[in-house]
Amino acid sequence: MKRLAKWRLVSLFALVSLILSACSGQPHLSTLQPAGEVAQKQYDLMVLSTVIMLAVMAVVAVIFVVVLVKFRRKDDKIPKQVEGNHALEIIWTVIPILLILIISVPTVVSIFKFADVDAMERKNEDGTVDATVVNVRASLYWWEFEYPNEGIVTSQELVVPTDEKVYFNLIASDVKHSFWIPAVGGKMDNNTENVNKFWLEFDSEHVDPNELFQGRCAELCGPSHALMDFKAKALPRAEYDQWVSDMKNVEEAEVATTDLAQQGQEIFNQSCIGCHAVTPSNGTPAEARLAPNLTNFGERSIIAGYLENNEENLKDWLKDPETFKPGNKMTDTYGKLTPEQLDALTAYLMGLKVQD
Amino acid sequence: MSTIAQKKGFGATLWDYLTTVDHKKIAHLYLIAGGFFFLVGGLEALFIRIQLLKPNNDFVSAGFFNEILTMHGTTMIFLAAMPLVFAFMNAIMPLQIGARDVAFPFLNALGFWLFLFGGIFLNLSWFMGGAPDAGWTSYASLSITSEGHGIDFYALGLQIAGLGTLIGGINFLVTIINMRAPGMTYMRMPMFTWTTFIVSALILFAFPPLTVGLFLMTFDRMFGANFFDAAMGGNTIIWEHFFWIFGHPEVYILILPAFGIFSEIFAIFSRKRLFGYSSMVFATVLIGFLGFMVWAHHMFTTGLGPIANSIFAVATMAIAVPTGIKIFNWLFTMWGGSIRFTTPMLWAIAFIPSFIMGGVTGVMLGSASQDYQYHDTYFVVAHFHYVIVGGVVFALFAGAHLYWPKMFGTMLNEFLGKITFVLFFVGFHMTFFIQHFLGLWGMPRRVFTYLPGQGFETSNVISSIGAFLMAAGVIVLLVNVVITSVKNEKVGNDPWEDGRTLEWALPSPPPYYNFKQLPLVRGLDAYWLEKMDGKKGMTPAEPIGDIHMPNNSFIPFTISLGLFIAAFGAMFHGDEGNTWGVPVLIFGLLFTLGSMFVRSIKDDHGYHIPKKELLDDKDLGGKA
Repeated sequence: MKRLAKWRLVSLFALVSLILSACSGQPHLSTLQPAGEVAQKQYDLMVLSTVIMLAVMAVVAVIFVVVLVKFRRKDDKIPKQVEGNHALEIIWTVIPILLILIISVPTVVSIFKFADVDAMERKNEDGTVDATVVNVRASLYWWEFEYPNEGIVTSQELVVPTDEKVYFNLIASDVKHSFWIPAVGGKMDNNTENVNKFWLEFDSEHVDPNELFQGRCAELCGPSHALMDFKAKALPRAEYDQWVSDMKNVEEAEVATTDLAQQGQEIFNQSCIGCHAVTPSNGTPAEARLAPNLTNFGERSIIAGYLENNEENLKDWLKDPETFKPGNKMTDTYGKLTPEQLDALTAYLMGLKVQD
Repeated sequence: MSTIAQKKGFGATLWDYLTTVDHKKIAHLYLIAGGFFFLVGGLEALFIRIQLLKPNNDFVSAGFFNEILTMHGTTMIFLAAMPLVFAFMNAIMPLQIGARDVAFPFLNALGFWLFLFGGIFLNLSWFMGGAPDAGWTSYASLSITSEGHGIDFYALGLQIAGLGTLIGGINFLVTIINMRAPGMTYMRMPMFTWTTFIVSALILFAFPPLTVGLFLMTFDRMFGANFFDAAMGGNTIIWEHFFWIFGHPEVYILILPAFGIFSEIFAIFSRKRLFGYSSMVFATVLIGFLGFMVWAHHMFTTGLGPIANSIFAVATMAIAVPTGIKIFNWLFTMWGGSIRFTTPMLWAIAFIPSFIMGGVTGVMLGSASQDYQYHDTYFVVAHFHYVIVGGVVFALFAGAHLYWPKMFGTMLNEFLGKITFVLFFVGFHMTFFIQHFLGLWGMPRRVFTYLPGQGFETSNVISSIGAFLMAAGVIVLLVNVVITSVKNEKVGNDPWEDGRTLEWALPSPPPYYNFKQLPLVRGLDAYWLEKMDGKKGMTPAEPIGDIHMPNNSFIPFTISLGLFIAAFGAMFHGDEGNTWGVPVLIFGLLFTLGSMFVRSIKDDHGYHIPKKELLDDKDLGGKA
């Protein structure tokens, strides 16, 4: 009997998992296709609570159907006026309390687990930190990722090592934002006044080299809130280390190679460099960095956080950023660009690569 | 009274409503104003759903979309749901406790006019440079940097409307404590009165934090006070706390009266006493109490730390217990009963599964570590529409059909009512069920568009179609109201035939003094007890005597109008080159203070309905 009950429970869990996975969304985006420890634990909790809630709903549904079928008005008799029933009332008070406790325990355990960021501060004897730490600064409507231990800065495309905890310091420069990579783990807010810390882990087995993880802003921050997306690229440790050292190698802005790109660089140095840095180790204080760092722009998969990175999109974006991201801070900070200037700038920007 | 009212001209009727202090007429006003704002909010919802019908849609612009979503939330909560709930509280609660009116009829009128002027002020933003665009929560960092006057309209409009709500809440509290008929002990009060009582207490404690928060925000925006400016040492998180210490109880302020209305309906149409009445009262009190302990579950991702998150998570999930008690009590009220499927009962029955859906996702959201995924996604949107539409709006529709005869003396058409029900019910689940999955698949809330290729397309189309079905249901209801009003077939005291509480002992609508003689209450379901004893009406608790009535007054209108005018001055005085702002502000405030002064010095003792006039009327309940 006990065995049977156990099997029933197992099959119920299986059913719920099946339902959830049948409509589970897209692998690089959906919370129902967890690709990391945090998302996995959250998914497990979802399944647990869904099972419990379905059980409760099943009980209610049975009573509900019986009531509606059996107690329709058939004659004009006055039914017995029942005051209540203590035994029943105690049952439906105590059982929910027990169910809530069952959900509460793993909830509280995981809250503390997700908030454990001690490793960020743990220093070796030589003062270095082993943990991978990323400072995430959210601004209207772009993301900056600074690696304080490595001394490099990038934007819009987060690069992280797989299969280890990556720690995040979150802050916003203008209004509140919220940092969310659904497939990898729940979100946390980028507040304007304090740094929030949490960690995520990216499973190598769920990494698809052709489809980066989708990240987005989850807190209403203005007209282009919906477009404040970013990508997260998870690399095996060795490749990640390689990327870091490639980034570190860029000490000065790279000089463009072709004529066209050189023209573009001139334009860039006149009009764009005031806000956009092209070296990863820029000394500007974080608060004063006005626009995305473009050091490895040519290698990123996206423009402006959400447009596919190709020449056509880049030209359209440069021509009129306002149509792509209403309310962005780049509009009207530079003069109108001629087609020739656009060609040159595009050639230059597309050539900004750190990995050869 | 009603027959006399019909003979009056339009102008006289209008003047009557502008000056009325009668709780039944104020209920009409709340119903009309709340209904109007409900339509406005619904229209905004349709705009949202049209915009999200397909990816990259450009039906509205990004900035305008934010204005629409902000106004949809603000309008529905503050200007539609609250006043509609107030309409039923005003119309029914005094009758249920056997009172001739509320404790402070003048304040009752003042509360309505403040709400109305606040609501009009807020909605004028559409025509005066743009509506607020920071969400109904108006989080500080975004709202203090928002350009134009949208947020000022929000802060000042809600300030005025909120004052009205607070006044209304205090009034109901005093009424229920002091004006119950002889024999109407607390534990004999109908469930709807109990929920009104608890809700009024919630209003009393929940609205002051909102008032404070709105004042700080107004000061920040008008005088650069920097309460919420992090760069100047302010703190935006404080706003989140202020808002949710108000905002969470606000949810219960809406849902508890809904529970009250459904409790009445289940009992009436099952012909059975409410099962577990005392545990229902206890559960209501407990929900009200816990409602103040859980506000930070709206802020799980704000970074309060694991200890705070754990406490608020467990406290939040605990609310499921009293709510569960209620659900089972309703089910067992019907168990063994004799169920009649009228329109109100259909809404009540449909409410149970719909609300449970919202309840279970509420527990899931309360479990903080899961909430990190759900927070600010369409999952949350689905959840709160399941509780607010599946709970509150269903109750408002149910209440409208149930109490229409008591409020207007005529029955809404049952057939059309059922069509409304089917359309709205199907549309509601179509719109919101799929949104749970949209959230889980990674769609954040408050997005003006989404990109193609993320698997959101079909679901959003389904959701939008559902919204139009709901709209169709509402249109049928409007048609129903028009047809019913034109036909105007009068009904008797107890049109549903199974009325249990005192209001059904009175004519529909009741005379302006409600009870010729205050009734003697012998137990729970007072009128039912008398009917079961074979009596036609209530046993009077007093001999027929003169009835003291308050005079009508235009002053509530002028007090509110003054604040309305002053708000314009306050808002525009800071604009460049503005010269009229300060004078208008001063004029408005003087207008309000002057009105209050007149009210204070003018002796107004009301009038008496002479005993003789009452005796002329043979009908025991009063003259209809």
